[in-house]
Amino acid sequence: MTTISTDMLLEATGVSKTYGAVVALKSASLAVRPGEVHALMGANGAGKSTLVKILTGAVRPDGGTIAVRGRERTVHSPAEARHGGLVSVYQEPALIPDLDVRANLRLTETPVEPFRHWLAELGLADLDLSSQVRRMPLASLRIVDLARALAIEPDVLMLDEMTAALPANLTERVLEVVGRRRGGDRSVIFISHRMIEIAAVCDRATVLREGETVGVVDVTEGSEERIVELMLGEIAREMPAAAGGRATGGPGAPGAVPRLATRGLTSGVKLHDVSFDLYPGEVLGVVALEGQGQDELFDVLAGSERPSAGEILVDGRPVSLRHPADAIRAGLVYVAADRAEALLMQRSVRENIALPFTARIRNWGPIDLGKERTTVDEAVARLQIDARAGGEVRRLSGGNQQKVTIARWVAGGVHTMLCFDPTRGIDIRTKAQIYVLLRDLAEAGAAVLLYTSELKEVQLVCDRAIVIFGGRVVAEVAAADADESSLLRAAYNLRSDAVLPEDAAAETVAVEPAASGQPAAGAGGRQPDPTDAPREGDR
Amino acid sequence: MSAVTAPAEAVRAGRGGILLSWGRRNAWTLGLLAFLVVMLAFTKMIQPRYGPIPVQGLATSVLPLALAAVAQAVVVIGGGIDLSIGSMMALTSVVAATAMEGQSAEFGVAVVLGVLLLGLVLGAVNGTLVVVTRVPDIVVTLAMAFVWAGFALLVRPAPGGLAVQWLKDLVVGPIGNEWIPRAAVALIVIVGVTWIPLVRSRLGLSIYAIGSNRLAAFRSGVPVGRTRFFDYVLTGLFSALAGLSLTASTGIGTPVPGPYTLMSVAAVVLGGVSLAGGRGGVFGPIVAVVVLQLVRTDMTFLNVNTNLAVVAQGVILIGVVMVGSLIQMRRARS
Repeated sequence: MTTISTDMLLEATGVSKTYGAVVALKSASLAVRPGEVHALMGANGAGKSTLVKILTGAVRPDGGTIAVRGRERTVHSPAEARHGGLVSVYQEPALIPDLDVRANLRLTETPVEPFRHWLAELGLADLDLSSQVRRMPLASLRIVDLARALAIEPDVLMLDEMTAALPANLTERVLEVVGRRRGGDRSVIFISHRMIEIAAVCDRATVLREGETVGVVDVTEGSEERIVELMLGEIAREMPAAAGGRATGGPGAPGAVPRLATRGLTSGVKLHDVSFDLYPGEVLGVVALEGQGQDELFDVLAGSERPSAGEILVDGRPVSLRHPADAIRAGLVYVAADRAEALLMQRSVRENIALPFTARIRNWGPIDLGKERTTVDEAVARLQIDARAGGEVRRLSGGNQQKVTIARWVAGGVHTMLCFDPTRGIDIRTKAQIYVLLRDLAEAGAAVLLYTSELKEVQLVCDRAIVIFGGRVVAEVAAADADESSLLRAAYNLRSDAVLPEDAAAETVAVEPAASGQPAAGAGGRQPDPTDAPREGDR
Repeated sequence: MSAVTAPAEAVRAGRGGILLSWGRRNAWTLGLLAFLVVMLAFTKMIQPRYGPIPVQGLATSVLPLALAAVAQAVVVIGGGIDLSIGSMMALTSVVAATAMEGQSAEFGVAVVLGVLLLGLVLGAVNGTLVVVTRVPDIVVTLAMAFVWAGFALLVRPAPGGLAVQWLKDLVVGPIGNEWIPRAAVALIVIVGVTWIPLVRSRLGLSIYAIGSNRLAAFRSGVPVGRTRFFDYVLTGLFSALAGLSLTASTGIGTPVPGPYTLMSVAAVVLGGVSLAGGRGGVFGPIVAVVVLQLVRTDMTFLNVNTNLAVVAQGVILIGVVMVGSLIQMRRARS
């Protein structure tokens, strides 16, 4: 830790926050000097966004102190924070969709002329103030939100993934404006997953891991590696070997019929010509940065969306999935990252597990409760679900909820399981249990398609992985070669011969923070390759 | 400096487009207005004697529901709903008629002011309960609908009382030209002095903001709880105005709530206010009320069973809203 002097502009110490059973922040500290651009770094779910929300009064902390210019203060609402000179630009623009831009300015009492000035600085001088927010593109909204924040000259400006969703030219203007604020009296807290941006504009970086501040680093040449090291921590080592060991299976014998195959699957503009084979007994990983078309792929396979072109083959036979029920009938069951999407939160564990199972028995008569009970009990035991609070699923922890979503499919026997980031926001022990379960399912002959935002999982669970970038499959990696840095390079489509369209490059913006550190670290270690840089869509 | 030239450009670009963009923003109300004109022409066609006197009657009979629709619109725009409007109208109406009975005109003025104050209080009670207890607004206002209706029956178990003459004169008959009903003028004045300043005020903006996106509003520094409270207070005020107009148009107070609550919801939906909040105004609902009333009138002229008129109102409600959303979906797709 660097020394903390009293002349800090903003100082947060030991800030904590829990949501029910989820610890969002354990003990976060952050000290920002006047005139610096301070990076706030951390892997997915490290608590960056929560900390920013606490600093701007959108969320109340459970503990800890926040001092501005040496004076301790409690911020109760965004309005209060704003008056105190703390302003944040959130990932989702805080603009009212049904009002025009001018009314939005009036709402926050933002003076129009400085707003205009900053808008011009940020490259949107010709914006019509009477256009309705609902009809404006996201990139413009983020710029409007930023200009609105700058217009009131805040002491501390917090930018949460500001450059995400921005095209390259706007990103450049934003970085320029942020960089120009260095050395003055005011500061910027900058959250980004792009190491290049951090290196370009930031003076120091505070690194959070699992809700704790684990280090403060001066951003200099070569400090990226240190930051990544801090961000990753010892998670790799903590991952218990109990995960059932490495994937050992492989693609089925040559000539085997794939359980699930796609041919030229296309959906709208997000998914182009995706083909892959998934064999029984195999866990196939899907690796992609955020928003590369994986959501659409899983939606199509789960029957919630229809592909615009292409074919889905189950056991070699083409199927048409018009409805999730069709997919389930074809043996494709879906486990979502968002438990709320899948579960009846107010109902019991029993009912949740029995729902798809009883719905599948096409019988309108009374449900055979005895049979239901045995099946459910088996599933609960098999997944080691802590069902003490089983009366209402919403009272279970996130990990146990996720186990219920998996159990409901396991109870009926699994052919093909589509898992979309099933371990998002789940504690490490439960994660390991879920990995073991997925491996077990594969060993028993099921096929598992697993998208995960945590690249470490790929090597632990998958037999091989396909990499999707810009809606296309760009690589296939065997488990043995699927270490994090090579997966990330593949996920960024970083190959010297690959040329990306400009818009696809701008889309890499929404990468998971967990993933973000590595490429730059890789690039940094290998000496920044000039061909890599423009592909990240900025600089 | 581009910062200086930009506004000038915006203004120039705006001049030509201002009418267009205004039209687009109020497309629903304008469409509804066109529908009303067609219906009036149709009415004149099937009943050639339809003239100034029936128009005056239409305005007088429509006024209470129009104000109820305004009351509902104000709260729905803020993302809420108030099911106690009809009961608040009944309570304010019987209080007004009972207090005015046999009193002087001057005393009547005091009663009107008192009743408006009562409306504010009723709305404040609703608002406090909604904001403080965090019970869903639909539950709170449904419960309060019973409470206010009960109070109305306590004040006067049977219809009665008497409105002062000047109050009745405000809404009955023509003013100036025989084609200009007093009730319509009263409505325009009421909306003019309340709604128009409101939408230009910070409170009005905040109401639209919390209805449109509560989280974004909160993050923009809007005091969400306080805004919701005042939203219900305003609804109370408009309900009191609706109750007073009921007393004025009928001359007495009726303790049993009419069909006003649900009709106000219908008018709000038909008037282009989004039940999800944040969108619409009060002019659409007012036009919608006239349309709904005119349907009944036409049915009478056509010698159709009046009960069928109620059915027709429902059909129109679904039909218009369906066509409207179809048009919007089309526009969104193109």
